[in-house]
Amino acid sequence: MNARLLPYVLILPVTLFLAVFFLYPFALVAKQAFTQGAEFTFANFRDVASHWKFPISLKNTMLLAAAVVPVQLALALLMATMVNRMKKGRDLVLYVWTIPLGISDLAAGIIWLAIFEQSGFLNSMMSGLGLVDQPVNFLSYQNPMMVFVAIALAEIWRATAIMLVILVAGIGLIPKEYYEAAEVFGASPWQRFLRVTLPLLRPSLQTALILRVVLAFEVFAVVAALGGTLFPVLMGEIYSYQFDLQNGNAAAALALIVLGISIVFTLVILRALRVPKGATI
Amino acid sequence: MAVIEIKNVAKTFGAYTALHDINLTIQDQEFMVLLGASGCGKTTLLRIIAGLETATTGEVWIGGRRVDHLPPKDRGIAMVFQNYAVFPHLTVFENIGFGLRMQKLPNDEVKRRVERTAGLMHIDQLLKRYSGELSGGQRQRVAVARALAMEPDVILMDEPLSNLDALLRMEMRAELKGVLAESNTTAIYVTHDQVEAMSMADRISVMHKGEIVQAATPLEVYRNPAAEFVAGFIGNPPMNFLPATPKGAGKWAVGGQVIDGPQKNKALNFAIRPEDLRLADSGLTARAKVVEPLGAHLLVTCDIDGALFRAVLDSDMTVKPGDTLTLAPQPDRVRWFDPDTTRAVA
Repeated sequence: MNARLLPYVLILPVTLFLAVFFLYPFALVAKQAFTQGAEFTFANFRDVASHWKFPISLKNTMLLAAAVVPVQLALALLMATMVNRMKKGRDLVLYVWTIPLGISDLAAGIIWLAIFEQSGFLNSMMSGLGLVDQPVNFLSYQNPMMVFVAIALAEIWRATAIMLVILVAGIGLIPKEYYEAAEVFGASPWQRFLRVTLPLLRPSLQTALILRVVLAFEVFAVVAALGGTLFPVLMGEIYSYQFDLQNGNAAAALALIVLGISIVFTLVILRALRVPKGATI
Repeated sequence: MAVIEIKNVAKTFGAYTALHDINLTIQDQEFMVLLGASGCGKTTLLRIIAGLETATTGEVWIGGRRVDHLPPKDRGIAMVFQNYAVFPHLTVFENIGFGLRMQKLPNDEVKRRVERTAGLMHIDQLLKRYSGELSGGQRQRVAVARALAMEPDVILMDEPLSNLDALLRMEMRAELKGVLAESNTTAIYVTHDQVEAMSMADRISVMHKGEIVQAATPLEVYRNPAAEFVAGFIGNPPMNFLPATPKGAGKWAVGGQVIDGPQKNKALNFAIRPEDLRLADSGLTARAKVVEPLGAHLLVTCDIDGALFRAVLDSDMTVKPGDTLTLAPQPDRVRWFDPDTTRAVA
């Protein structure tokens, strides 16, 4: 086998797989988004964007991402730093912390529903302690803040570990000598974190943040389980266009809008966390 | 201005003892080299002085102040690391200024000191570069400049030249010695390279298995090794040893010859440096096995009563393997060691 050809031959199966199961369906969705009947149009986008639920679901999705991602980032950094310092039991702790990753998002939503619903753990605990006379309905339209907090908590619980895993790997790659040099030259532990860990972790932070932010825009099952229709989000709207309203064109248009938002945020993150020209990390 | 005193410092890692009861005083502005093979504890001792490692027992004093409970930054030290540890995400300027920024010095003071030390290390052209754009030698210079910029009382160096190629190492050796002498700091320098130690040190502490075997000037360590380990470790080729049996009244039988020695009545080891031997009419009878012409000298590996024995002779001698040589040791250069304690006998 020609050595120059071999790499291309090896990557061919994956390329084919992606072309058939990703690029082709994607082209179909794009076509669907830009057509009504047989003619090319932007009408689907106009319809979707002018619907009264669009601004609310966009705002909710953004708010949720804005509330959840920073907390997850901070938590993941803290957890990764702790794991990195551990000598014994490091793997065990890491496994336990990543358990939520193995649970589907719908199941995660149902777990937290079992906590917050009217006959859930939280209510039985509070009435057991005598804090409430009768069960409180946390997840009702009268408590929008509570619904938001419950969804945010479930998301944080469910998806922090994906960042953790990436950051643990990244932190492990930073040579110990940099920390010792920083310590000798007078950096406090907090300064070492800010001036050594964070800058040297930039490539991992990029990956973790992009992954997490994009996934945050796709939040669906947890919201469906905990908020139902009380808290509309973009993915929920796509679902309802496709299956409740049987409007595949509108669903495709909205999906492309979400894709556009994801691309914009990806570019912003790449730009914000770029490594200075000439620096090698 | 700082005298360093190490008092009864010991360090154990679990069941393993890295340092046994170390006592050492390093004078103000002295250049002290800790020399030893890998695993002898020299780096551990340096890290204890730096505060990167805690001694199991003992005290460290710098400039009359007990520092072993203080973090590294409060000890008045700066350090040069073996792998440089030049931060890859900072420019050369910010690397050199790192410690000054941590001390929150005003910008113009940081700039003044960075530029001065960069000039001293001849890297003022590189201040805007990142470490990835530098060669190993340049990175080494940044690491030294970063330490000098702190204007510390003490500079600690952990094998700073070991990652450089031979020619660059020789050049940096001389330059480092000059720069450090001008900076008036006390320096502790860890190395396994005896040439580095001999050429740079005011005093050398030879370490072996977690102990300081001898702390003396390079010439003293070379001429009067305190123990067989030092005699065998320093000098290339190392010192020769032959068993000696007492013949009474300061006479010793060595390799079939009778030689004057100390007044002792037990078996000793006779020792002589290969370059302190001359071809003569009377002396030790040796059979040449390997002859290596080294340009300036002739290194002859011989056999005396089955023991390995090396002689460095003038390069114009004609010696062939198999020749029988008569080697006369220079009397004032002969040393004696007690084989039981391995220590030198006066």
